[in-house]
Amino acid sequence: MGAAVAFEGVVALLDRFPALAGADLSVQAGEMVCLRGPNGAGKSTLLRACAGLVPVRGERAEVLGFDLKAQRRSVRPHVGLLGHRSPLYGDLRVDDQLRHCADVHRAGVPEVSAAIERFALGGRLGEVAIRRLSEGQQRRVALACLTIARPRLWLLDEPHAGLDTVSRDALDELLADAVEAGATVMFATHETDRSRVAAARQVMLAGGRVEPTAPVSQTNGPTDVA
Amino acid sequence: MWREIWLVCRKDMIIEWRARVTLVQIVPTVLLVLVVFAFALDANPSLLGAGAGGLFWVAVLFGAVLGAKRSFDIEAEGGNLDALRLGGLVPAAILWGKAAALALQLVLVGVFAAAGLLVLYSVTVHDWLLIVVAGLCGMAAFAICGTLYGAMTVGLRSADTLLPLLLIPVAAPVLLAGTRAFDVALGTSADQGWSWTALLAVVLVTYVAVGWAAAGPLLEDA
Repeated sequence: MGAAVAFEGVVALLDRFPALAGADLSVQAGEMVCLRGPNGAGKSTLLRACAGLVPVRGERAEVLGFDLKAQRRSVRPHVGLLGHRSPLYGDLRVDDQLRHCADVHRAGVPEVSAAIERFALGGRLGEVAIRRLSEGQQRRVALACLTIARPRLWLLDEPHAGLDTVSRDALDELLADAVEAGATVMFATHETDRSRVAAARQVMLAGGRVEPTAPVSQTNGPTDVA
Repeated sequence: MWREIWLVCRKDMIIEWRARVTLVQIVPTVLLVLVVFAFALDANPSLLGAGAGGLFWVAVLFGAVLGAKRSFDIEAEGGNLDALRLGGLVPAAILWGKAAALALQLVLVGVFAAAGLLVLYSVTVHDWLLIVVAGLCGMAAFAICGTLYGAMTVGLRSADTLLPLLLIPVAAPVLLAGTRAFDVALGTSADQGWSWTALLAVVLVTYVAVGWAAAGPLLEDA
């Protein structure tokens, strides 16, 4: 399979600050990658850059075959991004939100039903306003929306945050299923145990650059600086 | 494109239906503005009647500022604007969908404000058609203008103060032409009401043109 992400010397400026300062990264299609590093290392910016939401420069910046320097907008429909905060409308009910996601991503009833079942969002929970849900429940709705979108590249920033143990395991299972279905997954986390269980490859970031990587099985002990 | 505009507009209208912010917060504020003006003018019927057209548009403009702010607050929350962009929605569809929803909400505000004028200021309408046409043109213009500036200030820390500061001066032509048209429709002026309505339509078309040109730059990296 080809490269899902091919970055060479990628620079991304946020208010003139180089959040990515010459990042080199290659992620193969169907691969699962865990981004790690201290706060401010550029993990979130890297994920947003891959989603085509941040202007980038550099020698090469391709995601799913799209050149981000020239056609940043084109990659967006193929990418799913879940940031620190869940992108949900607090005043909508859970079922309204899922229907909206399905309409935007042209998904059908089967996809919505599968997501509702997978994240246990059916029954009376569907009629509750998102603002009234706990943080973990909101995260589940956001993950359900991501599932409905069926992206080719999953980008998740601290996806386990706010979830209980059962939901965390369900998330790991979801990501594994996505990879098995041919999608590529990149997620940033500070949680060492999760990065070990789920990720096939760890990528360390520091100062807006990607540091040399090693397979998870070869790493010993927690390496997170945060 | 039309499908995407409809998606955004429908989503905003469902949010309004669930939260009822326009009905419960903006409409009462607009009515309160009319009441406060009545107090300020010492409940003088002739003064209130003479200024009714202008007071209507000032009150609705306040409503437009609140509505535009709310319209983009819900997008800034949790990164919803990014989610719309990742859904492949083009900036123009997001802008026009939100403008359409805001226009519908302002029509609701306008209906209550007009009822407020009739009850509080005891005005008599001489030309209902002129009121309706001028009102719709004005609401649409406010909605487009509000959406443009809402998009411009979304996510900014100073958005609360910046939005009215930017919006009110640019909405002045609507305020002026709308007031003149309403004065004629309410029988307090013998001016050419339809000429002022035509000017409102020209302003509206200008805002539409600016909206088409500005949607991309405003919402691409907002």
